[in-house]
Amino acid sequence: MSLWVDKHRPRCLDQLRVHSKPARQLQKLLAGGDCPHLLFYGPSGAGKKTLCLASLRELFGPSVEKLRTEQKTWQIQLPSRKIEVELATVSSNYHLEVSPADAGRRDVHVVQEIIKEMAKTRSSTSVFQQQQQQQEQEASLVKPAKCAYKVLVINQVDKLSSHAQHALRRTLEKYSATCRVIFTCTNLSKVMGPVRSRCVCVRVKAPSTEEISELVSEVAGKERKEVPRGLANKIAASSERSMRRALLMLETASLGKLDESQELQLPDWELFIKDVAQEILREQTPKNLYLVRGKLYELLVNCVPADTIFCKLVHELLRKVDDTIKYDIVSTAATFEHRMRLGTKPIFHLEAFVAKTMSIYKEWSISNFG
Amino acid sequence: MPGSSLKLGAAPANPAPHTGFGAPGAVSAGPSTTAPAAESQPWVEKYRPAKVEDVVHQQQVVDALKSAVQGKDLPHMLFYGPPGTGKTTTALAITGQLFGPELRKQRVLELNASDERGIQVVREKIKSFASLAVGSGVAGYPCPPFKVIILDESDFMTKDAQNALRRIIEQYSKTTRFIFCCNYITRIIEPLTSRCAKFRFKPVVLESLTERIEHICGREGVTLEAGALAALATVAGGDMRRAISLLQSTARFNSNVIGAEALYEAAGVVPNSEIEDLLGVCRSGGFSDVERRVREMVCDSYPVAQILLQFQEAVVRAEGVEDLKKAEVCQKLASVDAAVQAGANEELQLLDALGFAHKVFSSA
Ligand SMILES: Nc1ncnc2c1ncn2[C@@H]1O[C@H](COP(=O)(O)OP(=O)(O)OP(=O)(O)O)[C@@H](O)[C@H]1O
Ligand SMILES: [Mg+2]
Repeated sequence: MSLWVDKHRPRCLDQLRVHSKPARQLQKLLAGGDCPHLLFYGPSGAGKKTLCLASLRELFGPSVEKLRTEQKTWQIQLPSRKIEVELATVSSNYHLEVSPADAGRRDVHVVQEIIKEMAKTRSSTSVFQQQQQQQEQEASLVKPAKCAYKVLVINQVDKLSSHAQHALRRTLEKYSATCRVIFTCTNLSKVMGPVRSRCVCVRVKAPSTEEISELVSEVAGKERKEVPRGLANKIAASSERSMRRALLMLETASLGKLDESQELQLPDWELFIKDVAQEILREQTPKNLYLVRGKLYELLVNCVPADTIFCKLVHELLRKVDDTIKYDIVSTAATFEHRMRLGTKPIFHLEAFVAKTMSIYKEWSISNFG
Repeated sequence: MPGSSLKLGAAPANPAPHTGFGAPGAVSAGPSTTAPAAESQPWVEKYRPAKVEDVVHQQQVVDALKSAVQGKDLPHMLFYGPPGTGKTTTALAITGQLFGPELRKQRVLELNASDERGIQVVREKIKSFASLAVGSGVAGYPCPPFKVIILDESDFMTKDAQNALRRIIEQYSKTTRFIFCCNYITRIIEPLTSRCAKFRFKPVVLESLTERIEHICGREGVTLEAGALAALATVAGGDMRRAISLLQSTARFNSNVIGAEALYEAAGVVPNSEIEDLLGVCRSGGFSDVERRVREMVCDSYPVAQILLQFQEAVVRAEGVEDLKKAEVCQKLASVDAAVQAGANEELQLLDALGFAHKVFSSA
C-alpha cells in the first residue's frame, strides 16, 4: 500500500488543481518541441515533483510511468585511480532520474562522467539500451513519443558543490539537441548564475492554506472518508503549507476518529525540538546546557538536518519570549548557522547558539524581575 | 544492478584525442554531428551565432578575429567576462570559420569543466593532441596550419594543471593555438594570461541586446510591446543567454505578444507591492508581523537573493527615513547577501535582515 501522498498525486498537467496556472503554461511550453531545460524551485511539499512527473507524462504519454528503480554502482576511471559510486536511479523508456548530490564529495565525478555520458548517448546506447529493447517489444502498445529528446531529471541541484555545478554548464549546452534536463531544488540562490541562465526557472510556490484544506477534503473523499471542515482547516493550519505534510497528517489522523476535536500528531522530532526550546527557557545554567546538548546530539544522530534544527528552534523560542529580545535571538541563530557552514561539526554551533540564547534570556529576566 | 559499469570516457592509458565536436565513435550526439532539426533546439542554441560577425556587443574581439581569418593566423587568446556574453560562442564560431565543420573535428580539441582536467589529463590528453601532426586543409576554408585547443570554463582548472600548461604552450606554439574562456580572469595564473591576447566580454547592454532580440523575434513571429525590451534588458542584467531563454519561455507561457509584466513574472521578480509591504511591516509592524511575512515569502518561493536586491532598492528609495538608518540597513543587507551566497539558511538570513531593518526603523 502506498501512502496517500503518492497514491493521489495528480498525474497529468490538466488534472492539477493546485498550480493550475504554471501547469497550463508548461503545457504550452512543452508542446513546442524546442523546450529549454527546466528548473523547478520551491519549498518542500510545494509540488515540484508532481509538476515534474506530470511534465514527463505530457511529453511521453502514460508509458513514462512504467518505472524501474535501481541501485546502481558505477566504476569511474579517474586519471590516478578508480572509484566506485553508488547511486539510486529511477528510469523509464524515456527518462532517467538521479540525485547526484547523494554522492557527496564525489558529485563532481558523477556529473563529469555519468551525467555527461547519459546526456550525450542517444537512447539507443548504453544506459538506455535495455529500455530500448523493452520498448521495441512493447512497440505496439507504446504511443510513440512526440519529441526527439530524452529527459534527465536531476534532483537537488542546489545541494551540488560548485565544482559539480560548473561541470554541468557545457553539458547543458552541448547535448541539448538530444537531452533536456529538468532540475528540482529548494533554494534557487544556491544554484549558480551560469546554471540558472541555461534553464527556464519555474517558481513553484507552496499552496495557500485554503488550497491545502480543500486538497485534504478531496483526498479524504477519494479514500471514502468524511473530514469535517474544521479538521481540514486545522490540518491545513499546521501543514506549514506543505502538501506532503498535510496529507501525511491526514493519513495518520484517519487512523482515529475524524472529528474536529482530534489532536493532530506532530512528527516526533518536532516535539523533541519544542522540548529543547522549553528547556532553554526553563533554566539557564551550565548543567542545563549540558543536558540540552545531549538532546541536540540525539536529533543529529537521527539525521535531522542541523539547519532545520536551527529554524525550528528559533520559531519555537520566538513564540515564547518577549518582543524585546526576539531580534537578538534571530541574529544569534543566523550568525551561528552561517558559521556552521564553514566548519564541519554542527554540534559546536548549535551549542554555541543555545549558550548565547540562554545568556540573552537570563539577562532579560534579571533586568526585568531582578 | 550492482557491478554494472559504463565505459566512461577515455582512460588515461589511452590518450586518444577526444575532440569536443562529436567524439569518435557513433555514441556521440554532439549538435554538429547530427545536425538536429533546428525546431527541436531551444532558442539559445538555435540562435547561437555561427559566425563571429553575428556576435553582438563585443566589437573589439570581433574585429581582431576578422583580421585573423584573413591573415590566417591566430594568437593565443583569453576570453573573459560574465556568463552569457558570447565567449564560448566566439570560440566555436572562429574555429568553425577557420576549418569548416569537417576538419574542425580533427583540428580542434574542446575541454571544459565537464571534463576531468587534472594535471595528468593536461600532461597526457592535451600534450598528445598538441603533438599530433597537422594534416592538409580542405577547400573553401582558410585552414591555417595549426590546431586549436579550447579550454572553456578554465577558471576551474587547478593551479597545478595551469602550471603544467605553461610548458606545453611554449613547446607546441608553432602548431597549436590556445583559447581560454573564463568568467574570472583572476583565477588564471599570470604566466598563462601573459601569453595570451586578452579580450573582455562585456555585459550586453540594451542597444546590442535589442539588435539580437529583434532578429530572433522576427524569425519566431514574436512581438514585443512597448517597454518589454527595457524590461528584458533589466532582468537579463547583461546575460544574453538569459534574455533569450526568458524570451522563449515568456512567449510560450503566454502568447506571442509579450509585455513587460509577463517578462518580470517569468523572471521570478518579486512584485513591487510585496516589497513595499515588507518595507511597511519593517517600518511600522511588530516583530511577529516581520516573522509572519518572512515565512510567507519563503513559502511563496521567492529566492532570497532576489528579495534582498529589491528590498535594498526600496530602502534607498523610501521617503521619511534618515540616511544614516538607510545606510545601516544596506550594510546589513550586504552581509546577509554574502551569507546566503555562502550557503547559509535562507529563511534565517532573511529573518535576520528584516528583523534588523525592523529594529533600526523602529528605534527613535
Ligand atoms: N554577444 C552575443 N551575441 C549574440 N548572441 C549571444 C551573445 N552572447 C551570448 N549570446 C547567446 O547566448 C548563448 C550563450 O552564449 P555563450 O555560450 O557564448 O556564453 P558564454 O559567454 O560562454 O557564457 P558562460 O560564461 O556561461 O559559459 C548563445 O547561444 C547565444 O544565443
Ligand atoms: Mg561558455
